[in-house]
Amino acid sequence: MTDLTKPSPKPLPKLKITFRERVALWRDSDLWLSFKSSPVAIVSATVTLLIILMAVMADVLAPQNAFDPVALNLLDGFSHPMERGAGSNMLFIMGSDEQGRDLFSALFYGTRLSLLVGLASVVFSMVVGIGLGLVAGYLGGRIEMLIMRVADIQLSFPAILIALLIFGVARSLIPPQQYETTAVIVIIVAIGLSNWAQYARTVRASTLVERNKEYVQAARLMGISGFGIMSRHVLPNVMGPVLVIATINLALAIIEEATLSFLGVGLPITQPSLGTLIRSGQKFLLSGEWWILFFPAMMLVILALAINLLGDWLRDALNPKLR
Amino acid sequence: MGDIQPIPAIFFSEPACSRANIFFAATFHCSFLLQPGAAHAMLAYLLRSLTQATLVMLAVAFIAFSMFRYVGDPVASIVGQDATLKDRQELTESLGLNDAFPLQFARFLGNAVQGDFGISYRQGRPVADLLIERLPATIELAMLSAIFALVFGLGLGIYAALNRKGVIANLVMSLSLIGVSLPTFLIGVGLIFLFAVTLRWLPSFGRGDVVFFGWWTTGLLTDSGRKSLIMPVLTLGFYQLTLIMRLVRAEMLEVMRTEYIKFARARGLSSTAINFRHALRNTMVPVITITGLQLGSVIAFAIVTETVFNWPGLGALFVKAVEVVDIPVMAAYLMFVGLVFVVVNLIVDTLYFLVDPRLRSGAVVPAR
Repeated sequence: MTDLTKPSPKPLPKLKITFRERVALWRDSDLWLSFKSSPVAIVSATVTLLIILMAVMADVLAPQNAFDPVALNLLDGFSHPMERGAGSNMLFIMGSDEQGRDLFSALFYGTRLSLLVGLASVVFSMVVGIGLGLVAGYLGGRIEMLIMRVADIQLSFPAILIALLIFGVARSLIPPQQYETTAVIVIIVAIGLSNWAQYARTVRASTLVERNKEYVQAARLMGISGFGIMSRHVLPNVMGPVLVIATINLALAIIEEATLSFLGVGLPITQPSLGTLIRSGQKFLLSGEWWILFFPAMMLVILALAINLLGDWLRDALNPKLR
Repeated sequence: MGDIQPIPAIFFSEPACSRANIFFAATFHCSFLLQPGAAHAMLAYLLRSLTQATLVMLAVAFIAFSMFRYVGDPVASIVGQDATLKDRQELTESLGLNDAFPLQFARFLGNAVQGDFGISYRQGRPVADLLIERLPATIELAMLSAIFALVFGLGLGIYAALNRKGVIANLVMSLSLIGVSLPTFLIGVGLIFLFAVTLRWLPSFGRGDVVFFGWWTTGLLTDSGRKSLIMPVLTLGFYQLTLIMRLVRAEMLEVMRTEYIKFARARGLSSTAINFRHALRNTMVPVITITGLQLGSVIAFAIVTETVFNWPGLGALFVKAVEVVDIPVMAAYLMFVGLVFVVVNLIVDTLYFLVDPRLRSGAVVPAR
C-alpha cells in the first residue's frame, strides 16, 4: 500500500510546450487555415501591421520631428502637397500646415498617439470588464445583480456620452496647470470606462456556462481558491469572444478618441492624435487648404476600416456555426 | 453615426435572430385581450417595466446629483474670489449644503421634477431656460434624421434583400460597411467641403431663419432654415440608415426562407403579394422596435453633428459645458438624455408586449 498523503516521488510530466511546437500547432489550426484562405483578412492584417510599424518607428521614419518647434520653418507654411517649402526647400509630400509642419511627419506621430490611446483604453476596459464579468458569473447572487445592472444602464447610453461625462468630471478634479500632462491618461480612462460593460456581459455569460463544467468542479475539489479557478481555469476558456470584441472595440476606441479630440475635449494640440490634426485642419477647409484635413482623415478611415475588417474575419473564423 | 456605438451584430453578416417567426405569429393573434388572465399579465408586465424605468432614472439622477454636489465646489463657483469666509458659510447654509446627504438628494430630485436644475456656472442663467431654448433645434434635427434613416433604410434594405445577387445591392452593402468605419464628424466635414465650400449650395453652419411658435422654434417654414437642415440631417441619419438597412435585409432574408413563404409561393401568389404583404409585414416589427431604440441614441449622438455644424442644440451646449466644466449643465443634460432613453425603452417594452404572444402568457422576458 502506498501512502497517499505523501507527495509522489515522481514529478508530474511537464505540460510546457516549446516554441517550435507552438508554431507547428498554430500552422495546423483552423484559424490559420481560415486566415490563409481569406484575402480580406490578409490585406487588412498587412495594412494594420504596416500602420503599427509606422507608428512604432515614427522617430526614425518621419522626415521631420513635427512637434519640435525648432524643426519648423514658418516660411514653409501652407505648402501644397508635393511642393518644396519656400523656407527650407524641403519636399512636402502631403503639404504643410500654417506653421510649416510637414503633414506627412505629423501623420506618423498622430497615428502613434491614436493607436496608443486606442490600445491602452481597450486593455483598460478589457481588464475591468473581464474582472467584473468573471466575478459576476462565478460568484452570482447580489454582486452579480449589482454589476450586471450597472452594465445594463451603461450599455443603454452611447459610449461617447459617457466618455464626455467622465472627461468633464476628471477635468474639474485636475488643476488646469496639469491638463496637458494628464490629458493622455484621462482620455484613456474615459474611453476605457465607457466600454467595459460589453466585456463584462460576454464574460459573465460564458462563465455561467463554464462554472458548472467538470473541470471547474475538479479544480474546486482540489482546493484551488476562487480567484485561482477564475483566473487560471475559467478565463482561458472564455477568451475567444473577448478577443473578437476587443478587435472591433479597438477600431471603435480609435474613432471615439478621434471624435473627442475633434470636439476639442480630447488631446491638446501639443500632443496631437489624428482627431486633433483633423480638428486643426477643419479651420482651413473653408479657405481651400484641404490637405491639412484630408490626409489625417484618410489615415483614420483606413486604420479603422482595416481593424474592423480584421475583427469581422476573426468573428466569423471563431464562430463554430459558420465553419 | 459611425462613431462610438458598439457595432450591432447585424453588421457582421450573422443571420439575425429568428424573431421574425414570433412576430409572424403575433400579427395573427391580436385577440389577446379576450383571453382570461391577459389583462393581469399585461398589468404585471407594464408595472415591472415602469419599476425598472424608475430605478434607472433614480440611478441617473443619483450620478447627476453626485456630480452636481461633489465635483468642484458649488459655493466657490457662485461667489467671487474676494468673498469672506462668513459670506461663504452663509451661502453654504442657505443652499442647504450642510444638510444630511439623503435630504440633499431628495431636494435635488424635487427640484429636478419641477424643472429646476440650478444656475449655469458660466452663463449665469437657469439651466432649465438654456435647455428649453435649445430643445426644439435638437428635436427637429433628431426627428428628421430618424425619418430620413427609416425611409431610405427600409427602401434600400428591401431592395438589397430582393436582389441579393444584384450588382447595385452588393455595392450598397459594401458601402455600408465602409460607412461603419467612417466617423460621423468626417461625414459632416466631407459634406461641408462638397456642398458648402466647393459647390456653395448650402450653408455650412447654424439653423438659418427660424419661425417662433411660443417657445417652440422651427426652421422648416423658411427657405434658409430648410437649406440649413439638409446636411446635419444627412450626417446624423447616415449611421442609422446603414443600421436599419442591414437589419431589414437580414430579417427579410430570414423570413423568405420560412415555410409560409414557400407555401404562399406554392399557392401561386404574385411575387409582389409575397414580398410586400407577407414577407415585409413580418419584418416590420423588429425594425420599428430597433428604430424606436435608435431614436434615443440619435438625440445623444446629435452631440457630434451639432458641434460640426454649429447647430444651436442641446448637444452643442453639452460639449461647451464639458469644455468649460459647467457642472449644472452637464448634470441636467445627463438627466435629459436619461429621461429620453427611459421613455423610449418604456414605449418599446409596451410594443413588445402588444406583438409577442409569449409575453402575454407570462412565459418569457423580452430579450434585447
